[in-house]
Amino acid sequence: MTKRKLEELFIKILMILATIVVVGSFFLIVGTIFSKGIPYMSWDMISKIPGGGFYIGKEGGVLNAIIGSLYIAGGATILGLLISIPVALFINMYMASKNFIANTFRLAFDVLFGIPSIVYGAFGFLIMVYFGLKASLLGGIIAVTLLVIPILVRTLDEVIQTVPGELRDAALSLGATRWETAKVVLRQIRPGIFTAILLSFGRGIGDVASVLFTAGFSDNIPTSLHEPAATLPLAIFFQLSSPVEEVQGRAYASALILTIVVLIITVLSEILIKKFSKHKI
Amino acid sequence: MLVFTLASVSLVLVIGIGLYYQSLPVLANSSWVHLLSSSIWKPMRGLFGFYPFIMGTLWVTGISIIIALPLCLLTSFYLSEYAHAKVKRVLIPFVNLLSGIPPVIFGVWGVLFIVPFIQTSIAPHFVDFSTGYSVLAGGIVLAVMIFPLLVSIVNQVLNTIPQELKDASLALGATRWETIKKVTIRKALPGIIAATVLSISRAFGETIAVLMVCGNNAVVPHSVFDTGYPLPALIANNYGDMMSIPLYGSALMFAALLLFIIILLFNLISRIILTRLERNLAG
Repeated sequence: MTKRKLEELFIKILMILATIVVVGSFFLIVGTIFSKGIPYMSWDMISKIPGGGFYIGKEGGVLNAIIGSLYIAGGATILGLLISIPVALFINMYMASKNFIANTFRLAFDVLFGIPSIVYGAFGFLIMVYFGLKASLLGGIIAVTLLVIPILVRTLDEVIQTVPGELRDAALSLGATRWETAKVVLRQIRPGIFTAILLSFGRGIGDVASVLFTAGFSDNIPTSLHEPAATLPLAIFFQLSSPVEEVQGRAYASALILTIVVLIITVLSEILIKKFSKHKI
Repeated sequence: MLVFTLASVSLVLVIGIGLYYQSLPVLANSSWVHLLSSSIWKPMRGLFGFYPFIMGTLWVTGISIIIALPLCLLTSFYLSEYAHAKVKRVLIPFVNLLSGIPPVIFGVWGVLFIVPFIQTSIAPHFVDFSTGYSVLAGGIVLAVMIFPLLVSIVNQVLNTIPQELKDASLALGATRWETIKKVTIRKALPGIIAATVLSISRAFGETIAVLMVCGNNAVVPHSVFDTGYPLPALIANNYGDMMSIPLYGSALMFAALLLFIIILLFNLISRIILTRLERNLAG
């Protein structure tokens, strides 16, 4: 073999090894979480709120955190959708497609997407202080909404762009107003909207830094927007830093719950994205 | 619709202004230069030196990029130039799944796997003693966290390289690796740089996973086995005290402002490069 053929072989082996490391890290993480979490998993974990002495290893579960996370991620996703569907439609339907301003707006959302959640958390905290709110479910929902808006807008924007221009032209040429055309487009992108919802929900349910200042923590299931709410990631974080082994174990089990939820969401959104691109013209 | 659009777009400005406004008290107390270069962190006495935290962030981010960049470039080249369509279809979903895993899970993994691994298997070869909680642990966890971002963006960039260019090189008898080395990389370089900058800014702002594995000691790290205390971890760890000590809240908001400015710039630059590339392809 010549030197260049050897080099080719060598680099190819390196590439395969690198790919194994990158893809393998996923299995390593999920494997670690499963093997550590399963021994501590029990029905009580997901069906009970923390009882007395929970944090020194007595009985109870993390139902408060599960419900809190669902409330916050769900509330933020709904609120985020209400804001980002109009935004995505506006950028695409009411502005020319190669418009400089439309592209500047897209750039702004790309940049917002890159802003770390801790900054959203700090900013959400500022908003709460400004309006005199205490750490509560509402505060958490506001901070997470800010966090998911860029995700929703970017996803919806991409999806709307896949709708063929002829469809819009046909609707417009039949005398439909832009808003009526937008409704036609909305019907076309329904699976895309589900994808956006899943992506936003997945991000919202797993994020800690944004709810750390804003949602607080509570052992009870919140009954109003003004009560503090526990979240699953924060519960993991707190329990893991406990010196009690039993409580640490609960952190592993909670991590397992969160991982399973998030994996299901991601797999669903992957399937949806694939289906959607299949129907694309 | 216009109102919603303008409101959400101006969020960029509003966040910046809000954080700046809140940092004014600490800025009135000492100058930018002093805040950034002093390494004395004594909130009780009103001394806020961010140097150790900035260095902590730089160490952790640097380590993560050094680990992730070569691995992800090789993986992307493999996936886009070598792998069969079937292999690709199996592997790429796992990369996407990795991107869906929440930061706190990476943190738990870091504590359960990386930290003990460093303590028992890596550190003893180099230093006398390490608990494993170190900037190296933070760097490794961050590297894995930015794998999906880096791989998917570099892959997209590689897909924009015209097949004709590669074909021409291959037809002249170049091996695939020679084609990558002399044709593809040259063409894709701006995109690869943009992807790297984007990943750096992601690593920069990551909070909870780093906080869990870095040891959080306000000292400038001198080796990869030293503990570090990155900026985002500082903000997250002290939110409880910040109301009770004067200027503390303002100092933490200044930390958030710093993060915001750096990440904003990094993101702007890389996004502009990436959209240019995309437009060239379309045009």
